[in-house]
Amino acid sequence: MQVHTHTYDVVVIGAGGAGLMAALYASKKAKTAVISKLYPTRSHTGAAQGGIGAALGNLEEDHPEWHAFDTAKGSDYLGDQDAIEFMCYQAPEIVYELEHMGVPFDRTSDGRIMQRRFGGHTNNKTGKPVRRACHAADRTGHMILQTLYQQNLRQGTHFFNEFYVTDIVFHEGRVAAVVAYELATGDLHVFRTKAAIIATGGFGQLWEVTSNAKTLTGDLPAVVLRRGLPLEDMEFFQFHPTGIYKLGILITEGVRGEGGVLINDLGERFMDKYAPTVKDLASRDVVSRAIYIEVREGRGIGGGKYVYLDVRPETVNKYAALDGRTRPDGSPYVVTKEELLAKLPDIIDFCKTYLGIDPMEEPIPVQPTAHYAMGGIPTTLKTEVIRDEHNTVVPGLYAAGEVACVSVHGANRLGTNSLLDIVVFGKVAGKEAAEYAKHADLASLPADATDLTRDQLERLRHGTGGERVADIVAEMKAVMTEHVSVFRTEEGLTEALEKIRELKERYRRVSITDKSARYNLELMEAWEAGNMLDLAEAVTLSALNRRESRGAHWREDYPKRDDENWLKHTLIWIDEEGKHRFAYKPVVITKWQPKEREY
Amino acid sequence: MKVTLKVFRYNPETDQRPRYDVFHLEAEPNDRVLDLLEKVKAELDGSLSYRRSCAHGICGSDAMRINGRNRLACKTLVKDVGTTIVVEPILGLPVLKDLIVDMEPFFESYRKVMPWFINTDPPPEKERLQSPEERERFDDTTKCILCAACTTSCPVFWADGSYFGPAAIVNAHRFIFDSRDQAAAERLAILAQEEGVWRCRTSFNCTEACPREIQITKAIAEVKRAILTGRLD
Ligand SMILES: Cc1cc2nc3c(=O)[nH]c(=O)nc-3n(C[C@H](O)[C@H](O)[C@H](O)COP(=O)(O)OP(=O)(O)OC[C@H]3O[C@@H](n4cnc5c(N)ncnc54)[C@H](O)[C@@H]3O)c2cc1C
Ligand code: FES
Repeated sequence: MQVHTHTYDVVVIGAGGAGLMAALYASKKAKTAVISKLYPTRSHTGAAQGGIGAALGNLEEDHPEWHAFDTAKGSDYLGDQDAIEFMCYQAPEIVYELEHMGVPFDRTSDGRIMQRRFGGHTNNKTGKPVRRACHAADRTGHMILQTLYQQNLRQGTHFFNEFYVTDIVFHEGRVAAVVAYELATGDLHVFRTKAAIIATGGFGQLWEVTSNAKTLTGDLPAVVLRRGLPLEDMEFFQFHPTGIYKLGILITEGVRGEGGVLINDLGERFMDKYAPTVKDLASRDVVSRAIYIEVREGRGIGGGKYVYLDVRPETVNKYAALDGRTRPDGSPYVVTKEELLAKLPDIIDFCKTYLGIDPMEEPIPVQPTAHYAMGGIPTTLKTEVIRDEHNTVVPGLYAAGEVACVSVHGANRLGTNSLLDIVVFGKVAGKEAAEYAKHADLASLPADATDLTRDQLERLRHGTGGERVADIVAEMKAVMTEHVSVFRTEEGLTEALEKIRELKERYRRVSITDKSARYNLELMEAWEAGNMLDLAEAVTLSALNRRESRGAHWREDYPKRDDENWLKHTLIWIDEEGKHRFAYKPVVITKWQPKEREY
Repeated sequence: MKVTLKVFRYNPETDQRPRYDVFHLEAEPNDRVLDLLEKVKAELDGSLSYRRSCAHGICGSDAMRINGRNRLACKTLVKDVGTTIVVEPILGLPVLKDLIVDMEPFFESYRKVMPWFINTDPPPEKERLQSPEERERFDDTTKCILCAACTTSCPVFWADGSYFGPAAIVNAHRFIFDSRDQAAAERLAILAQEEGVWRCRTSFNCTEACPREIQITKAIAEVKRAILTGRLD
């Protein structure tokens, strides 16, 4: 493998919303490269549909403080409240900044940014849903991703597209270089740099049914673990209640925001029982569990593993009337088919394409889908990656976006808060890394910089053990789905852990057929599988360790939240021999003491 | 049901010339063509190479020719294309390996039309105002996912790759008709050049190929009209 060397001040890894925002700010001040395994506009930020949260108050009274409280409550009080307040108070300003960059938000009749309701976002006085999600039809993420990419083009940011980052190397504890594999040639590239920002998104591919792209395999969290750094709160992974049955393609919560309701086999709007005040717009962990319980108790549609999401205008209007829902001007809430078509064009298209049904005529079959990683690479409020429970910073290393755990989402993320998180903390990361680079010198490059990458890739390329990557991945997904999803038990998790360890063993004997240098995607998928197995182990171990139920982590054998023992973040390390260890970080509480969560 | 999948194969590293491999698969009518490719890659021939990511038609990675028509493999169901399925790379861009083409010439044209928002006035404290009607004016062209299905279905582009092509014009349209943007005149001047809109012969291939159902031919006509009249209504 040929090796090329480059030198930069800041290297951004990943070109989704977080990476592009970081790059926009870093490249204003420092020589910056963006390395992405996908062409930037292919990043999964483009899949985000519903909106970005900000208390603009364009349609009704709203305040950043309400947004912050909802986020803390939604996090089941595990989110760090200093970070939450920072994000929610920044929100209006950053949404205006996006608008100034050109994001084509939908508009109110007086020309301002349009907002819709979303789960868990409330008027803190009445407890009723509030219009806080700023949206551009149902492709808000697409618009943000395109806009950020375009502004980077305008600014002349350097992109290395279809380059896979395989390693980060350190010298005396500081970042020295980022190692990448070039898909087009099979060559290795060493990017010597003062600072690196990790912005590689989530890892929903650990599960069978997921809303996440096939490329979301958690490569960089795995790299970080291998380099002896911890991951935080890995037991908290969000299952979004409404994925298209079997396919997992997301049906945005915006559908329920516009008045859609969940219906069981008896034709009941069952969320009444689980969340009497906000009903279908309760937070995601609550709704996903409700669907599981309905299914388990035999009220899935036709006894199957799914329920209906009904957004037909007559259904929407019926329940809106029952709920006494009104428009901002006080008149009763009534929707027409045309309005829904204009607000949810992509959703309607997905249903027609993949299910052959028109949601204006028929209800949509849905089931919970693996959606979002609340846990990830631990950072400070300034996005600096930390190496231990005392917040000791790794000089030169930053992380932002879904890959990071700062932690604003705690045990459960509210919808619209991730698009917000990626731009707010992407911006912080870009600024901080550039500032750091201004004062730092380039660390010496260790002689063995590419060794680990070479070892991994050569072993995969020349493996003769005959194990098939696809089988291993399929078995991993099956066991994660069975035992490490919405409901968990000690027994199930233990079984999952054993299976994952067996799969890791088998992974050492993997063989691939493609030996060529150019566009060897088989090789890279085999490499990604190794990352997923490492993360599956970290998730399962963390889930086994936390003996309580909080947010997305629901232990049937410990069904209560236990603030006395577990109001704390988990850090996990896994060493080369596969031995793990945990440490804990206190939750930062500024204003809101933990209370029982009711919706 | 049984399907026969015939796939274009070419690795310039090792192959003198392209060939077609044939795979016989068991499939469901609702399977995506992408699911079939994934099945081949996982179980029959790991070296089959193609780009893919989101698997539901929003990232633009997997435009290919399926039974002679440009489509996204992840948005094309078996039941819509029948039991004999021929999959080939999109036309007009160099093949790098199997179904992977060199997208750089495509993105180069995209970059030439200044596809970024420009407004040099100091921004207001809050949002710039825009009426719902003004916003609606360019809604259709904001949907583009840069998959290249349109450009590589265009006979003019096949004949001469220097033509900007429909995707670049669509992306210019998105800004030209945005009431907040100030660089319409510059973009129209670029599009009036030799490589620009006047090459379009209104064959409608692009509109038919677009997986996002953008009315591309209409957008191009609007750009032509704006160049001729100097007006943006
Ligand atoms: C279907 C869907 C709908 C959603 N809707 C909403 C919504 O309405 N509102 C909301 O707030 N949130 C929503 N979310 C969540 C939100 O979109 C994501 O959490 C967020 O976009 C993640 O952004 P990111 O920049 O962190 O990562 P991504 O956009 O996923 O980008 C990751 C980047 O990392 C790169 N990368 C990964 N691995 C490597 C590697 N090894 N080497 C080099 N590069 C690498 C990729 O190429 C990519 O560029 C939704 C999520 C999904 C899946
Ligand atoms: S894989 Fe994303 S568009 Fe098909």
